[in-house]
Amino acid sequence: MSDTTDTASEPTADMDTVPGHEPEAPSVADARREAHDIWVSGTEERFPFSTATNEGAQEMLPEADDPGAAMQAGIAVDDDYTSEPTVEPEERQIINMGPQHPSTHGVLRLHLEIEGETIRRVKPIIGYLHTGMEKTAETLTYAQGATNVTRMDYLAPFHNELAFSLTVEQLLGLEVPERASAIRVLMTELNRVSSHLLWAATQGMDIGALSMMIYGWRERETCLDFFEKTTGLRMNHNYIRVGGVAADLPDGWEDDVASLIATITVGIDEYEELLNDNPIFIDRTMGVGVMTPEECKQYGVTGPMARASGLNWDLRKTNPYCGIEQYEFDVPTGLHGDVFDRYIVRMEEMRQSLRIVQQVMDTMPSGDYRSEDRKVTPPPRKRIDESMEALIHHFKLFTEGFRVPEGAAYQSVEGPRGELGCYLVSKGGARPWRMHWRAPSFAAVQALPVMMTDSLLADVVASLASADPVLGDVDR
Amino acid sequence: MASEHVSESTTDDALVASVLKDADGATVVEQQYASSQTRYHRVAVPVDGYVAAVSAAKDAGFDMFVDLYAVDHFAQAPRFEVGVNLVSMSANHRIIISTRVPYDDPTVPTVTGLFIGANFYEREAYDLFGIDFPGHPDLTRILLPDEWDGYPLRKDASVGAIPVQFKEGSVDL
Repeated sequence: MSDTTDTASEPTADMDTVPGHEPEAPSVADARREAHDIWVSGTEERFPFSTATNEGAQEMLPEADDPGAAMQAGIAVDDDYTSEPTVEPEERQIINMGPQHPSTHGVLRLHLEIEGETIRRVKPIIGYLHTGMEKTAETLTYAQGATNVTRMDYLAPFHNELAFSLTVEQLLGLEVPERASAIRVLMTELNRVSSHLLWAATQGMDIGALSMMIYGWRERETCLDFFEKTTGLRMNHNYIRVGGVAADLPDGWEDDVASLIATITVGIDEYEELLNDNPIFIDRTMGVGVMTPEECKQYGVTGPMARASGLNWDLRKTNPYCGIEQYEFDVPTGLHGDVFDRYIVRMEEMRQSLRIVQQVMDTMPSGDYRSEDRKVTPPPRKRIDESMEALIHHFKLFTEGFRVPEGAAYQSVEGPRGELGCYLVSKGGARPWRMHWRAPSFAAVQALPVMMTDSLLADVVASLASADPVLGDVDR
Repeated sequence: MASEHVSESTTDDALVASVLKDADGATVVEQQYASSQTRYHRVAVPVDGYVAAVSAAKDAGFDMFVDLYAVDHFAQAPRFEVGVNLVSMSANHRIIISTRVPYDDPTVPTVTGLFIGANFYEREAYDLFGIDFPGHPDLTRILLPDEWDGYPLRKDASVGAIPVQFKEGSVDL
């Protein structure tokens, strides 16, 4: 080590003798060689490959004539299983897709039983994102509840908040001011647009239209900018609360919304120009992932998917909430119930939502943005300094919360993915006794075998994207 | 409660009455949605008449399955409640048919024979509440791991951190 030139030219020669450098290199190499021997060359028979694993509850059901297997084959309601089997059932292959597959839009796992390139049976496996939000809700007051529920369907946070708030208001028998209702309609319809834009982006991406992905994200950002300006956050807003909304619209919101409408209207025209006559897009979507109206009813599939199958059912029309009946809009429906019709329906829904937004903007009533019932909404900051009563109300509201009369209530709104319903049970306390969510994506995931079976493996992503499942909504 | 009210007989009431004509001991609560003129019915039936009531509702035009939920009433006997939420598109009406079962026998007959869409929802109720649905084709845990101990949405299950039990695929050697 005394000769410095030798050390510089051959730095590794004496490294083994330096303390702290010697032991690991040979042992790592040995371990790799050993692993190679065991797993690749098969020279050592210590751990032979095994094909038999136990998947437990996630295993496919044994194929028989039982309804569970029929459901996995997607033939439980309408048997449109046209192609004849060519191999024995035990020769079919199980392909596992997800939960980390990029096209599953989250952590959905699909067991696909395939025969060559044809899907025979599908078993959706969920629960990877289960965070117990329904249990958490039982520990939060009604005032805190919106913070929790907004995180379920993270692409439609306003709809979650709205369904929750309306359900509590139903139990309270509380009327909200006109302006609050109009703001709620404005925000939820913009949210529908932003959610559908994200859907268009991912649907395009999944079947190879990568430009659509960039365009969809770009236009969605204009919506999120407005949400951020209004609520302070891009997602998980906690803006629609029991009794109204958290804050009034920001100054100059009309200009923002007007430019947003202009941008997105032009955008939708561009997307349709890009995709409507695109032969690849048409081949990938037409006749793929078909659902019949009867299947939609049986599986509880609602929203754009049911409308694409021809069911004229929109809760904004059949069970209007927040005064949405005073605005003019149309409900687009499809004929074939395939991926292409879902695309057409969602594109038109965006236009109709922007139409509603325009009308809300033109007719925005003045007045309070939340109920003046001080048992439910906090008093303005100024009043707390002036009034003892306001101080007490404020204190009670943020410590104990408000009590809700005993009872149970169900209320649903038309979310971007379908009927988003909240079922609340109150025992008279300040916290819900039970909060159950009717999640549209949950029903859509359940219906995936109907869409996927009897189609090609490559069409799985097209069908899955057209169902637009949000796994936060599925697993809650 | 402002949302509940006694009202004059309407076609909806007649429709609900036709659903329940064979159900003994049914109680009906009529409610109105918030910020809306529309009403819906919540119907409680004994567990013996539950499937018959759902079947009658399906025949009466409530042919869209929307939801199935479970509630743990804990101190009140019978302890568990299971309800099915159905919609009639033709009559534009919603009916929620629920039934109560006791803690020592949490067994509700399945409605998957009537609505295949109840599959996942009944699995969820089984997973989180431990309610048994005899006749269900694939009654397994859906949201929690198979090895999970207990039923977390029951009121006697504590809130708090439980170490997540990840599944180990058992390899046959």
